[in-house]
Amino acid sequence: MSISERITLEHGSGGALSRQLTEQLIYPILSNDAYRELADATDFEIPGRTFITTDTYVVDPVFFPGGDIGTLGVFGTCNDLAVCGARPRYLTVGLVLEEGFPTADLRRVLESVRASAEQAEVRVISGDTKVVPSGKGGGIFLNTTGVGEALGDHLLSVNNIKEGDSVLVSGPVGSHGLAILAIREGLKIGATLQSDCAPLFPLCEALYALGGSLRFMRDATRGGVAAVLNEAVAENRKCGMEIQETAFPISGTVAAASDLLGLNPLEIANEGVMIAVVAPKAAAEALSRLRSFQTGREACQVGVVSVRHPGRVILETAVGGRRILDLPRGLLLPRIC
Amino acid sequence: MSSLLRQSLQDRRLAAPLLEEIRKTAADIPGNARVMEVCGTHTVAIRRSGVHSLLPDNILLVSGPGCPVCVTPTSYIDNALHLLETTKATIVSFGDMLKVPGSDGRNLAGYLGRGRVRIVYSPAEMLPIARESAEAVVFLAIGFETTIPTVAAAFLQARRAGIENLFLYTAFKTVPPALRALLDSPDRNLDGFLLPGHVSVIIGEQPYLFLEKRGGVPGVITGFEPLDLLQGISAVLKQIARGQQRVENTYTRAVRSGGNPKAREIMEQLLEPVDALWRGFGRIPASGLVLNQAFRDADAQLQFSLPPLRNVEPPGCLCAQVLQGRVLPAECSLFGKRCTPETPVGPCMVSSEGTCAASFRYGDAEP
Amino acid sequence: MCLAVPMKIEKILEDRKALVKQDDLETEVDLTLIEDPKVGDYVIIHAGYAIDLLDLEEAEERLKLFRAMEESG
Repeated sequence: MSISERITLEHGSGGALSRQLTEQLIYPILSNDAYRELADATDFEIPGRTFITTDTYVVDPVFFPGGDIGTLGVFGTCNDLAVCGARPRYLTVGLVLEEGFPTADLRRVLESVRASAEQAEVRVISGDTKVVPSGKGGGIFLNTTGVGEALGDHLLSVNNIKEGDSVLVSGPVGSHGLAILAIREGLKIGATLQSDCAPLFPLCEALYALGGSLRFMRDATRGGVAAVLNEAVAENRKCGMEIQETAFPISGTVAAASDLLGLNPLEIANEGVMIAVVAPKAAAEALSRLRSFQTGREACQVGVVSVRHPGRVILETAVGGRRILDLPRGLLLPRIC
Repeated sequence: MSSLLRQSLQDRRLAAPLLEEIRKTAADIPGNARVMEVCGTHTVAIRRSGVHSLLPDNILLVSGPGCPVCVTPTSYIDNALHLLETTKATIVSFGDMLKVPGSDGRNLAGYLGRGRVRIVYSPAEMLPIARESAEAVVFLAIGFETTIPTVAAAFLQARRAGIENLFLYTAFKTVPPALRALLDSPDRNLDGFLLPGHVSVIIGEQPYLFLEKRGGVPGVITGFEPLDLLQGISAVLKQIARGQQRVENTYTRAVRSGGNPKAREIMEQLLEPVDALWRGFGRIPASGLVLNQAFRDADAQLQFSLPPLRNVEPPGCLCAQVLQGRVLPAECSLFGKRCTPETPVGPCMVSSEGTCAASFRYGDAEP
Repeated sequence: MCLAVPMKIEKILEDRKALVKQDDLETEVDLTLIEDPKVGDYVIIHAGYAIDLLDLEEAEERLKLFRAMEESG
């Protein structure tokens, strides 16, 4: 008997239809050499210090130019491990499906998870599926928990940051959030606005090899680079940052779309961009390493750590003025005012 | 071409001589020059671009009433919430209004998840929403002359298409009457205006000419890129220094002296002037626009018997004074403490263009 | 209160709409408020509507002025 066109409550009830969904759809797509059978738990080994992270993805729309919730679910969680100096190894995938969600869409998301996991060199080794009544969910919600292996003993932290350190960005900013917003608002904005969803581990691994010169890394997701920079100086109260507005790589399309919608690219979410803070003497080498990768080819220095305004990020604007670069506030909504 | 133009208008080498001009002119002005940035978009642009930090200390930029969200009385939100609670109507709004608190602190955001409130970028989007809905669809029609023609055009198109369940809850306002009220106020303390660039695209120069009469002040129509801002500020300072009192247009690439007659004609097809209640100013004669006789059946206030608007200020909120340029945000005891962008007390903090929000987010001086 | 940006008309569509472009960004806007729009015109866009044409010659003239000031300064 083949699986129905749409997910029903019974697919989450633990009975025959649940088994059918898992055995005929989910497991065949996600299984790999570390996930050889459907048991209540899967064993694995990671030598040395281990990192763990979890994230839940509720993106709307589920499918967008450049990726989907499955791509995000894998790369997002892997990137959280990578920026902490860990090699992502294993993932779990928890699904909450809304009754009525098209099975074909579920298949598509699972294929994305599989392909992204392959690209990121991680293995899915456990999962769970639940179904909620129609109206109680967003089509599909996805949780991934990731474990990774420490690359070394050096622990990255905002507290490593020192006066004079160089602040680097790995690539062009603003794409992901704008791509999502454009679809959600039905803005009929051309297909060139794509999510930048990508695995950052190769870049992180290259920077981690710099040893103590690498102070800290963070991926610039919700709230964009403005959020990361502000979080860094908020947690490390002794330092502030002086940043150049014109230093950030921004594609012409993103600049035009954010103008149109009244948004600031520095405050818009990314899914393939990170901030790295390094010792000044290591900046040139760090940039060279980042630029050797496709996703890092536009990496550049955007500013320095200073003690002039601790806890604040000060932006030198295009025209040569100065102002605070604040934490983004409120929902990302297109404005007319 | 456009992006090259935009880059040139942010070029600091081209900005340098304008800044030099501003410094020289400011030095020639005894005491302070108090210039009002009428338009909320100017308030934000001047700070976001860093231009604010480059101005000499004796140039005081005060914000004005040009933030349509800020000058809409609290009871407008109360009435919108009342509509949501007592009818099955869908509210359609620009994003700017979503988090404005009503008199009891509640806002429209709570209804977003339930699909009863829909946020749009363009008023044109209200047409498909109305077509798909079996219930009434009410558009929160706020805005100044830049936005009003777009809403009018969309609504007239809806009418031609035979859409009958679309209503407008109007709180449209026009800028020149507010400027007149500011000028006429007995304890006014203003030396000049930066006039709103995009409102002027629609209305042209003529409606501002009363500024040239006795008792007036100079008014300079200004654009929004950094070089536009510097040029506008330089021009108004020069007039102040020379004791001149003209309406001047420095945003000539966008603003024709006669404005956009077609846009005004479309406004006139649908709307007519009415006295309006402005937060901070009270009632200003002929400063609002409502649906005219032919379209009263689509007037939400009439059709849903919504109470007339009232101003109810939250305790301690100085928004009304900030809007008149009398008080700086930092002079309000709630600013940055009880009133922040996350927990706004009044619209000057909630609106992305509100003076208090701009001051909080970008800083008000050389950081 | 008025975010508006200039973009170039690429194609006039039916129903008084147009495809406009800036860099690689394309979007659709309504031309109801414009008298006699043509492909190649730059329009100022607010809330999905073109609210007027942009006068490129004027833009160039002003830029020339700024550049002259920079050179002589």
